[in-house]
Amino acid sequence: MVKINFIEADGSETELDVQDGWSLMQAAVSNGVEGIEAECGGSCCCATCHCYVDEAYLDKLEAANDKELGMLEETVAERKDNSRLACQVKVTPEMDGMTVHLPEVQS
Amino acid sequence: MSRPIVIIGAGQGGLQAAESLRSAKFEGSILLLGDEKYLPYNRPPLSKAFLLRECERDQLTIRQAPVFEKKRITLETGVRVEKIDPGNHTLMCNDGRTIGYEKVIIATGSRARSLPIANVDVEGVHCIRTLDDTLKIQAELETTKNLVVVGGGFIGLEMAAVARKLGKVVTVVEFADRLMARVVSPMISDYYKNIHESHGVDVRLNAQAGEIIAKDGCVQGVKLSDGEELPADMVVLGVGVRPNQELAQEAGLICEGGIVIDHKGRTSDPDIYAIGDCTAQKLSDGSFLRLESVQNAVELAKAAANDIMGNDKPFVAAPWFWSDQYDVTLQMVGLSGGYDTAVLRGDLGSASFSYFYFKQGSLIAVDSLNQSSDHMAGRKLLGGANSLTPDTAQDLSYNLRDAIG
Repeated sequence: MVKINFIEADGSETELDVQDGWSLMQAAVSNGVEGIEAECGGSCCCATCHCYVDEAYLDKLEAANDKELGMLEETVAERKDNSRLACQVKVTPEMDGMTVHLPEVQS
Repeated sequence: MSRPIVIIGAGQGGLQAAESLRSAKFEGSILLLGDEKYLPYNRPPLSKAFLLRECERDQLTIRQAPVFEKKRITLETGVRVEKIDPGNHTLMCNDGRTIGYEKVIIATGSRARSLPIANVDVEGVHCIRTLDDTLKIQAELETTKNLVVVGGGFIGLEMAAVARKLGKVVTVVEFADRLMARVVSPMISDYYKNIHESHGVDVRLNAQAGEIIAKDGCVQGVKLSDGEELPADMVVLGVGVRPNQELAQEAGLICEGGIVIDHKGRTSDPDIYAIGDCTAQKLSDGSFLRLESVQNAVELAKAAANDIMGNDKPFVAAPWFWSDQYDVTLQMVGLSGGYDTAVLRGDLGSASFSYFYFKQGSLIAVDSLNQSSDHMAGRKLLGGANSLTPDTAQDLSYNLRDAIG
């Protein structure tokens, strides 16, 4: 299990023990963390699981592919350098302790 | 105690309706009834990643059980509603209960169409609609050598792609003269025929399954109407769906190939809403729009919940869909049927391009292959006014986003 801390736009925090190999989206959605819609269910087709990952961990994440980068071009909330789609970030042990901030809006 | 809002159908739309009611500050009780035995789950992966065993069953579940408790949503699985009595505001369930309601949201979805041909119900003939369907197919695929897919639409072609990845011999039998004819343009159809053929699928267009050949109750093959016999130890039917509208019909609601609703999910009964696959949305020109998609389920769920709470938030966005086949993602926004001009943006040879469709000078749809950026731009463009022309659409040096507004 990998500890990930989700912080919603209103500041509320949820720390989850996430199974290795699950996506950040699956972890957050299945546990009812608000602030992620994930309309397409993790197919990288809707851009409603936009999140901001802890910059200190950026180099521990597999880089976004072209499909994800294309979807990130139209996120509703501001796209930043640490913007990712939560469905495309698979949790690995190196991410233990990582914080993920969620934007105010997804759609 | 006041009566609950009852949501019939615990798929993606039903779940969304329940949650949207809570987000819109509905404080009364919410009863979510599902006829499957599972917690609400994502259906799209059933013919894609999950079928290929790229994700686990738990990962399909949208919300774990404690979330329902936290949101005060009473979820009952394995319960089928058999009758709605609008006069008395009650529902009759298969377990003998009668439940009173304040409002009902029908989210019963659709069921796979079958074919009126011989032996269609023998062992080894499947459709893909539910988790149980896919679990059965997954198990049987272990020993399957020859698969015949009847129907060259999204589901059939996704099934074919998965089976080829698993090394099966695959034939696709399509009645029309091109693949996915209902939703994509002939150019995209041709492109996909090539993709499938290059992956070793035998694609038969203008071909009709005449009967299923069976022996001892098990499938042996498919006999085409021209007499040719295709050997098969598995047959998957992907020949479309039918809306589950019977409950509504029997309750006297207007149905036209789907429960007739407006853009807020309102039916002909003021206390009954319907959302998603089971509906046919009546448009302002009097025509009916039937969509079978996640977006249609989720967005109508939000619109209906908002209408119940007195908020005016209709579902008006351009429809979008997607399909994953091999390493190609096709994303569609808008409906391209009836276009008079189509232009290509990008290079067909690069396997990453989009077609932009125009009708009388206006953009009506965009189909993108491995080109998610164009797709997202397309959603923005079709979401409101835009000044895109066929010339600018095909000019790669032109920024599509400059045409918004």
